Amino acid sequence: MTTIDLASDARPNAGRPDAPGPNLGLGLEHRSRGRAVRNQLARIVMWTAFAIAMVPLAWILWSVISKGGAMLLDSHWWTNSQRGITNRVVGGGAVHAIQGTLMQGLVTAVIAVPIGVMTAIYLVEYGRGRLATAVSFMVDILTGIPSIVAALFIYALWVTTFGFQRVAFAVVLALVLLMIPVVVRSTEEMLKLVPNELREGAFALGVPRWKTVVRVVLPTAFSGIITGVLLGLARVMGETAPLLILGPYTKNIATNLFGGLMPTLPTMINQDRTEVLQPAVDRVWGAAATLILLILILNLAGRLIAHFGRPKT
Amino acid sequence: MAKRIDVKNLNAYYGTFRAVEDVTMTIEPRSVTALIGPSGCGKSTFIRTLNRMHEVIPGARVEGSVHLDDADIYAANVDPVGVRRTVGMVFQRPNPFPTMSIADNVVAGLRLNGLKNKTVLAEAVEASLRAANLWNEVKDRLNKPGAGLSGGQQQRLCIARAIAVEPQVLLMDEPCSALDPISTLAIEDLITELKSRYTIVIVTHNMQQAARVSDRTGFFNLVETGQPGRLIEMDDTHKIFSNPSIRATEDYISGRFG
Ligand SMILES: Nc1ncnc2c1ncn2[C@@H]1O[C@H](COP(=O)(O)OP(=O)(O)OP(=O)(O)O)[C@@H](O)[C@H]1O
Ligand SMILES: [Mg+2]
Repeated sequence: MTTIDLASDARPNAGRPDAPGPNLGLGLEHRSRGRAVRNQLARIVMWTAFAIAMVPLAWILWSVISKGGAMLLDSHWWTNSQRGITNRVVGGGAVHAIQGTLMQGLVTAVIAVPIGVMTAIYLVEYGRGRLATAVSFMVDILTGIPSIVAALFIYALWVTTFGFQRVAFAVVLALVLLMIPVVVRSTEEMLKLVPNELREGAFALGVPRWKTVVRVVLPTAFSGIITGVLLGLARVMGETAPLLILGPYTKNIATNLFGGLMPTLPTMINQDRTEVLQPAVDRVWGAAATLILLILILNLAGRLIAHFGRPKT
Repeated sequence: MAKRIDVKNLNAYYGTFRAVEDVTMTIEPRSVTALIGPSGCGKSTFIRTLNRMHEVIPGARVEGSVHLDDADIYAANVDPVGVRRTVGMVFQRPNPFPTMSIADNVVAGLRLNGLKNKTVLAEAVEASLRAANLWNEVKDRLNKPGAGLSGGQQQRLCIARAIAVEPQVLLMDEPCSALDPISTLAIEDLITELKSRYTIVIVTHNMQQAARVSDRTGFFNLVETGQPGRLIEMDDTHKIFSNPSIRATEDYISGRFG
């Protein structure tokens, strides 16, 4: 603590008359002691808060890994579905659910990313006046929509109004609604980080605005945008409400987005969550561990791209 | 290819705030014109009206006329993008594009405007870098990022980038203010060389620099903050620095300003 030194007399030149000593009548010593105490107090409060926040996190990770981690070590887990396997039998895998989760996530991203990125480009690069304010406000509202509401909205549209069957694509639509605002907001942040001087530099060369955006602004913000997309994707892949309402579970591998049911990791967890028989319980924990692993990988990929892809300015 | 610039009764606004009031001046081709004046008097605002960069700021607008030779760049049918290809600009802070290599930075204007021919581009890289006195320093690392150069080199890279699109006028807003004396001299030499091909307008806070590089000097001033800046006096540089006809000019260049 450097503040303590000021108050003590153990400084090498403390005796010299011309040295700026501590006893100049400025009250330095008192103030620094009070500050040291407050500093210590704040430190303790922060560490406690941090510890409290970490406890549930560590607990969840520990129980999921200890109970479901073993399932992931079995190679069948990654190659087989649950087809023909009952809750009394050990065996089978989660490939059907993993595949469903990845496929729905991918299609969601394919739809949501262009819409989200272009909305963000509009807001940052072009948007002026009323329309931009309105769009920004809408995105805010969309951000606040609970996933169950998005799911019910799609249900009302897809099933009640149009009379279609519940299919994976309806799930995707609900996830798109949830992903768009995340992509818009993160992309907006990244575009705002691009210095205005770069845009002006391009304008001054006689480059039109749209080309400046496509060739200068977007490449500069690229890694940040990808990071935002991956983090947004990680969020929607763990989303459950739309799946429960629009995408019931099945034990079989499914690849058709427009017909039949498509299993996913969250619905696989939900399916057997009331089971008491051990093989089924193990599979629930296994599916949970798998989901956490997938999302962890996406998050890590996002951070890695953010770290290595950033252009040097 | 250099062009004369004729400014008549030009006013520049940010929203309702008038930053520059009633400027009329003529800038001869193949000459260097320096604009000097205290901070906030509208030099940057004025120079940005010469290539229609002023209006990219939301709410900013311009009144009056600017002619390049006989063409009014503010005429209704003129595309500002085309104006900016004719009137290039170098900024106060070097701003190379961080995602591009040195070579790509130099020909960014050409490539982004659709030129694809590799040999033409390679020739333009060399010619522009030579013209900007940077070729020898970077010829072995053309594919390295432009942001990896020193500040002075980056600024010369930006000058190379500006002249690669073959403009007829070159505007420079305090191009040396972020540079050390050696880099500053390099850029001043460059300006003197480029004068034979371009019409150059340079804003500077450095009186010696204005005296060294320019043929004519314009002094901007403002009555007080919040008031618009005006062109107080414009004359041959040696006249402005030896025997200005207006008191405020003399006060400013002799440092007795206040
Ligand atoms: N983007 C802007 N929006 C609103 N007002 C602005 C903007 N840019 C500049 N101004 C105002 O316009 C006036 C002129 O500014 P300008 O930047 O042209 O001055 P300058 O002469 O270039 O000053 P300096 O020597 O410090 O660069 C100032 O009062 C400034 O506050
Ligand atoms: Mg300025």
